[in-house]
Amino acid sequence: MIRTEELLLNVGPQHPSTHGVFRIIVKIDGEVITEATPVIGYLHRGTEKLAESLNYTQIVPYTDRMDYLSAMTNNYVLCYAVEKMMGIEVPERAQFLRLIVMELQRIASHLVWWGTYLLDLGALSPFLFAFKEREMIINLFNELCGARLTYNYMRVGGVKWDAPPGWIDKVRDFIPHMEKQLKEYDRLVSGNEIFLARVKGIGKYDAETAIAYGLSGANLRCTGVKWDLRKDEPYCIYDRFEFDVPVGQNGDCYDRYLIRLEEIRQSLRILKQAVEQFPSSGETMGKVPRAIRPPAGETYVRIESPRGEIGCHIVSKGKAEPYRLKFRRPSFNNLQILPKLLEGESISNLIAILGGVDIVLGEVDC
Amino acid sequence: MSEENKREEGRPEVPSAAEQQQESPAAEQPESAASAQAEPAPEQKEPANTQEVAGTEPAGAGAEHPNQPQPDTMPGQPQAESAPGQTAPEQSQAADEAKPAASSGEGAASGAGAGAAVDPEREAKIKAAQEARAARLAAKAAAEGGAGAGAGAAVDPEREAKIKAAQEARAARLAAKAAAEGAGAAGDAPAEPKPPSPKQPWLDEAVELLKTEVHPEAVEEAVINELAGDMPTITVKAEHWRAAAELLRDHEKLGCRYLRNVTGVDYETHMEVVYFVINLETKREYAIKIRTDREQPSVPSATPVWPGANWPEREVYDLLGIDFPGHPDLRRILMPDDWVGHPLRKDYVPLDPEV
Repeated sequence: MIRTEELLLNVGPQHPSTHGVFRIIVKIDGEVITEATPVIGYLHRGTEKLAESLNYTQIVPYTDRMDYLSAMTNNYVLCYAVEKMMGIEVPERAQFLRLIVMELQRIASHLVWWGTYLLDLGALSPFLFAFKEREMIINLFNELCGARLTYNYMRVGGVKWDAPPGWIDKVRDFIPHMEKQLKEYDRLVSGNEIFLARVKGIGKYDAETAIAYGLSGANLRCTGVKWDLRKDEPYCIYDRFEFDVPVGQNGDCYDRYLIRLEEIRQSLRILKQAVEQFPSSGETMGKVPRAIRPPAGETYVRIESPRGEIGCHIVSKGKAEPYRLKFRRPSFNNLQILPKLLEGESISNLIAILGGVDIVLGEVDC
Repeated sequence: MSEENKREEGRPEVPSAAEQQQESPAAEQPESAASAQAEPAPEQKEPANTQEVAGTEPAGAGAEHPNQPQPDTMPGQPQAESAPGQTAPEQSQAADEAKPAASSGEGAASGAGAGAAVDPEREAKIKAAQEARAARLAAKAAAEGGAGAGAGAAVDPEREAKIKAAQEARAARLAAKAAAEGAGAAGDAPAEPKPPSPKQPWLDEAVELLKTEVHPEAVEEAVINELAGDMPTITVKAEHWRAAAELLRDHEKLGCRYLRNVTGVDYETHMEVVYFVINLETKREYAIKIRTDREQPSVPSATPVWPGANWPEREVYDLLGIDFPGHPDLRRILMPDDWVGHPLRKDYVPLDPEV
């Protein structure tokens, strides 16, 4: 008679596949996970608490550090919330710059995901590919605002820096290059049998579960729910551009993979249109009062970050500092389905499933 | 921050702040701070001043309502889950801090081996830390009193006046808001000829359903929040929240099966939990607020209705100390398991200010 005993296995917080400081305690029976308990908070810096003693301009750099792979969308959600409360209009050129950097950011973020996900699954070269292209985007950002990761680029009412001469042309040149590379990516990985064996049918859930758990982004769309805030609750100037929202059918890791690759393609489509329509001149800051004091009351705005719905809830008492500021972080909400996904799975699928959720710990812990 | 300052040099804020500084001599600071609290228009921008206000305020509040022992009375706080590597330094640091400051040494129990017998030891530590803090604050107040033209001495009455003024202002605002809402809710006779929001029917329908299907008294308040893109906002009584949540999710007219966000707010007079729900097909959305008492904050959990409320409710519990009866696993999520207090409460005072 062979007997198996339950074993408690600790993964993280310093595990390379958690991409940050994430810990998960798994109970395994043989090779099957019977229970998984995520432990988070290792990167909690109290952003919301800090924000209560800062004015809105000072909070912008803190948002960079939440989802540090998508600082531009974080910048935007805060500024958007304040603009909404104060009824500030953002000039055309600033809107375009915001949209362009947010879409470039989406591509950069998906590239990091694509490279590291495959690295987690044991393929090294895709990582090198992805980081090469990502580096080009980072350089573009660097040229725009002098930072590679934490940009502090947007302000209430516009953007801090106008595009330097020739910058738009560089973005224009990047688009066909990225399109070409994307085909390479597809050829290299998407049909690879080893890869398919590790992601097809793995980490599966249906649309009902995804909705009940409040998942968003590719984690929601992989089940066939067509929900993208750029389309469904348009913000910025997204309603002016043509693009498709890719959805999956099976709700597994492979669908999430395909959706993220397709989203890069769609972002390039948006960028192509935006670069063509980019206004040749104009202001980059709207009319903003000297002291930014949103009227007493509250607002909740949300936008589509690369990871899903990022929201900002501001309670203002008419002061320069928010009375309460809450960020709805997609990684945090998406991650809570993990224990359910892991139950009954083989231990060898743990990393494939965790990676498929696409979390950034800075955002989970905030 | 210095980088931020550098970047902001080109903006008009900086000279204006400097102007403000020049116009307000140090001796006038506390008074103008008081008026700034009562009426939002003239506000001090000088950092030292705001720091002083921030420093004195929570200390007084902490003395009146010590919120530190609260976690012990709160349900669901397993100590076993804590990561020893992370939490141990926290505790010993707190003990070290208390040791030199409290001369009696009553709280100077060693931080080692704090796992099992936490309570008495921790309470002693808390007490010591509080004493130390009081001493520090007294010293600070004395120093400021010497330097700042005798402004530091009369902290308490001043603060009470401030609180009173703030409360009055709040009451006035609330009254104004209520009046506006009354006009809005009446619908047929609005004060100004403003067209009703396109989302008004959603609000009316949900309120009607909540009143007929859940309880006639279930709805406390229903408004269209214009600042949030005309969000239909309904305040539901806590005792009817569970039934209301099920109605919101399951009723064919509402069908809000997607919970997008959960927030908690400490309003000082009361606490509030806000649930943002939406129907992804019809895009019909609501913000549901549940008010709760501040001393024993408790809101029935929505996790049985929307599993996605699990972590967000834990976060609200962790940061604001609001209890969610019916939650399957209510324990801290972001802060360490043995953390004392709930940081986003307005009367929160850190156990160890150095951390």
